[in-house]
Amino acid sequence: MSFSQSFFADRFGLTEHDLENYLSEALSAGGDYADLYFEYLATSSIGIDEGIVKSATEGVTLGVGVRVITGERTGYAYSDDLSPEKIRKAARVAALIAKGPATVIKSGFEETKRHNLYAMLHSPNEMTLAERVEFVKRADLAARAYDKRVFQVQASYADSLRQVMVATSDGTLSFDRQPMARMSVVVLARENAESSPQHGYAGGGGRITLDFFLNEKTPEHFAIEAARQAIVQLGAIDAPAGETTVVLGPGWPGILLHEAVGHGLEADFNRKGTSAFSGKIGQQVASPLCTVIDDGTIHNRRGSLNVDDEGVATQKNVLIENGILRGYLQDKLSSRLMKAAPSGNGRRESYQHIPMPRMTNTYMLAGTSDPEEIVKSVKKGLYCTTFGGGQVDITSGNFVFSATESYLIEDGKLTRPVRGASLIGNGPEALKYVSMVGRDLQLDEGMGVCGKEGQSVPVGVGIPTVKIDKMTVGGTAA
Amino acid sequence: MALNDLEQIAADMVQRACALGASDAECTLSEGEEFSAAVRMREVESLKEAGSRGAGIRVLVGEKGAQKTGSSYTSDLSKEGLEKMVRAALELAKITTVDPFAGLPEASELGKLAIDLQLYDASVAQMDAQWKIDQAKRAEEVALSFDPRITNSEGASFDSHVGRRVFANSRGFVGSYQSSSCGLSVVPIAMEGEKMERDYWHTSARSAAKLESADEVGRIAAQRAIRRLNARKVPTQKVPVVFEPRTARALLGDIFDAVNGSSIYRHASYLAGKLGETIASEHLTVIDDATIPGLFGSCPFDDEGLTSRRTVVIERGVLKSYLLNTYTARKLGLRSTGNASRGITGNAGVGPGNFFIEAGKQTPAEIIKGISSGLYVTELIGGGGNTVTGDYSSGAAGLWIENGELAYPVSEITIAGNMKQMLREIEHVGSDLEFRGSVASPTLMIREMTISGQ
Repeated sequence: MSFSQSFFADRFGLTEHDLENYLSEALSAGGDYADLYFEYLATSSIGIDEGIVKSATEGVTLGVGVRVITGERTGYAYSDDLSPEKIRKAARVAALIAKGPATVIKSGFEETKRHNLYAMLHSPNEMTLAERVEFVKRADLAARAYDKRVFQVQASYADSLRQVMVATSDGTLSFDRQPMARMSVVVLARENAESSPQHGYAGGGGRITLDFFLNEKTPEHFAIEAARQAIVQLGAIDAPAGETTVVLGPGWPGILLHEAVGHGLEADFNRKGTSAFSGKIGQQVASPLCTVIDDGTIHNRRGSLNVDDEGVATQKNVLIENGILRGYLQDKLSSRLMKAAPSGNGRRESYQHIPMPRMTNTYMLAGTSDPEEIVKSVKKGLYCTTFGGGQVDITSGNFVFSATESYLIEDGKLTRPVRGASLIGNGPEALKYVSMVGRDLQLDEGMGVCGKEGQSVPVGVGIPTVKIDKMTVGGTAA
Repeated sequence: MALNDLEQIAADMVQRACALGASDAECTLSEGEEFSAAVRMREVESLKEAGSRGAGIRVLVGEKGAQKTGSSYTSDLSKEGLEKMVRAALELAKITTVDPFAGLPEASELGKLAIDLQLYDASVAQMDAQWKIDQAKRAEEVALSFDPRITNSEGASFDSHVGRRVFANSRGFVGSYQSSSCGLSVVPIAMEGEKMERDYWHTSARSAAKLESADEVGRIAAQRAIRRLNARKVPTQKVPVVFEPRTARALLGDIFDAVNGSSIYRHASYLAGKLGETIASEHLTVIDDATIPGLFGSCPFDDEGLTSRRTVVIERGVLKSYLLNTYTARKLGLRSTGNASRGITGNAGVGPGNFFIEAGKQTPAEIIKGISSGLYVTELIGGGGNTVTGDYSSGAAGLWIENGELAYPVSEITIAGNMKQMLREIEHVGSDLEFRGSVASPTLMIREMTISGQ
């Protein structure tokens, strides 16, 4: 695509010359680097609750963020108005970080190489609203039909299309058109009107076209999964308390990697020496069975990007190889200061936010064990298949993730379901106790949102069935 | 009264929606300017300054008791942008379902508090950037030089924000208010041997004059980080648990979720159907009050245009009221408590005003003194309460209480119980209530929870 055909040139009459002018303005007081991030985001969402389509919302936000970097310092300003005077004003505000003679930029831009990971022809919101409202209605019906104990269903569908353009003082220019769609279903079930209810949740999607919900993962798929979880919980007993062997099922339990190692390997923390993983490159931080990858290049995944939010093509990065710490997740600022290459992990929530190193899709490579054999090998422990959220203190390395569906393992067999409980461990230690890795790697269904310093971005996770010999489970049963 | 420019736009949008076929409409506008200075290791790390605006509209189409709803928003406040927004909402209303409980509040319920809530201090918009940077630098400097074991820092920041929120609806309401806030925080890192621990302290207020001093913020943050060093992992056991105000606040947030009308009408709360019943110990009184001048949860009217008020939620252990907006109140056959809350568009949810636990008489030291062995929780991570079942499980760090005194730090443990039982087992409520945000609690002690550790 040439610049003149791009969304922002076409829609707002921007020229390459304008971009050069704005970048020159941004570097008018000096500085090593400047960039402009143009964003146009159109969203829509539909919600059903109690069988009634109660909400339908659409919206548009638009703006540009201007960043100036000088050494370790960043100046940032943004405008929700793309008029030349407003962009220039933002550039002048961002320039306040630097104090010196103007930095001259070379003229002309070269377009960055980017992947083609999501269908560019159709975006989710090119399907009519009437077609999309069917998704939530179908989910509502399917969840209710699953079991007569289901008594409340909330289903929602949301999609967005983000148009992005990044122009840098290095002379690079990148465009991307990023679709996203997600369904989610919340179900409540109870034995009768007097008994206490239980809750189930499922959802998924990605950077997909809408035939995904028609052909691959249907509304019924998510509805039945949410209803199944709620029904299972009706028979759950109290979760155990204390250290035990934990087996994680494949897929979404990969949130373990996101919390235990992913955040701690973000380059900003390591550059500053504030991560429990700081200075540990080349050291053993996990069992030799563990190889952990962050990969922004998987087709149609929620965490994937053709180019990151600094205009750098995403890539597949090895974080831990056979238990040895190999690399960090880099953005432009940290990679420049650490004299490393950017890894395509510079991301931001919107034009109002300063980019920083973030994960994309984080997963563990498959091992060789048979998943059934893994469960069979455990005399007494916990098998966790579904999780809610998680959190990590990157400095101490302590992390928590919350199991919402788990089963006791007794003499190699899954016996009773147990109620929700938090699991806690320490990042550089927890994966050393991994003693079996299954051959059944699965990625999650596409519902992850990662928060860092107030910025939320979509991410993916994945893991095969994994046995961890020792982990602390926060239940109440002795 | 003359309308200001944004009020006029909001009123015009409501009128425009009705002219295009809406039977009712409500419009929210907001504008804000933010400033943020971050320093780290005595140097400026980033400066950010910008402003933005947004508009949202919600329309209702059809006759009263049989209305459909559509919503939209935009950051483009040009005439064309706003017109597109109104038309999009009307188009969206076509695909929703008639909901007999949807609809605006009655005109008689609308209103604004007449008193000065002191939400806006003009000085915040005029604060000198260098002064703000210096505050952050000072807080970090104090933390870094507090103790040789403070070896690093995630930095300190000074943030400020001024904004205006406008609301209008087709029942004749037009109102707006300005607000300001500023805050200073610092995150020092303590190190001993190979182990690092970080903690933070934060102060925020509607005006700079009401902030704690940078020295105080730096000192407290450093003390907190230092006292976490050499933490142990204790054995799994059941003991009394004391939540300091910072963590008690998170617990109170879980109580808010359980009295939120949206959870109540769906039977998605362990407190559904319990109005008038004793659900907590007699030491617990929980209030929601959006009328207290200067606090972060205060506002003259809620996000549906109802006058802000004070609601007693739990009185000496008895559940007195849920927190409701118009919709959830209608679903439950009750009256709104003026707690409607939303971003810029969409159906209103339920949000807190100043939601707090009334202070008790004992100081934290007196509470701790009565415990022979227990946990003092200074940080909660991950997890929390399940509103549907009341099950509670969270990661925690803190200090171990031995013979009535804080003895040594503990970490990498979880605490668990069930909120239904935890509420009944609140044995002490501290005298140390402070408003650091819209949800505030003094120190709380719960008779027994399960600690998972070694």
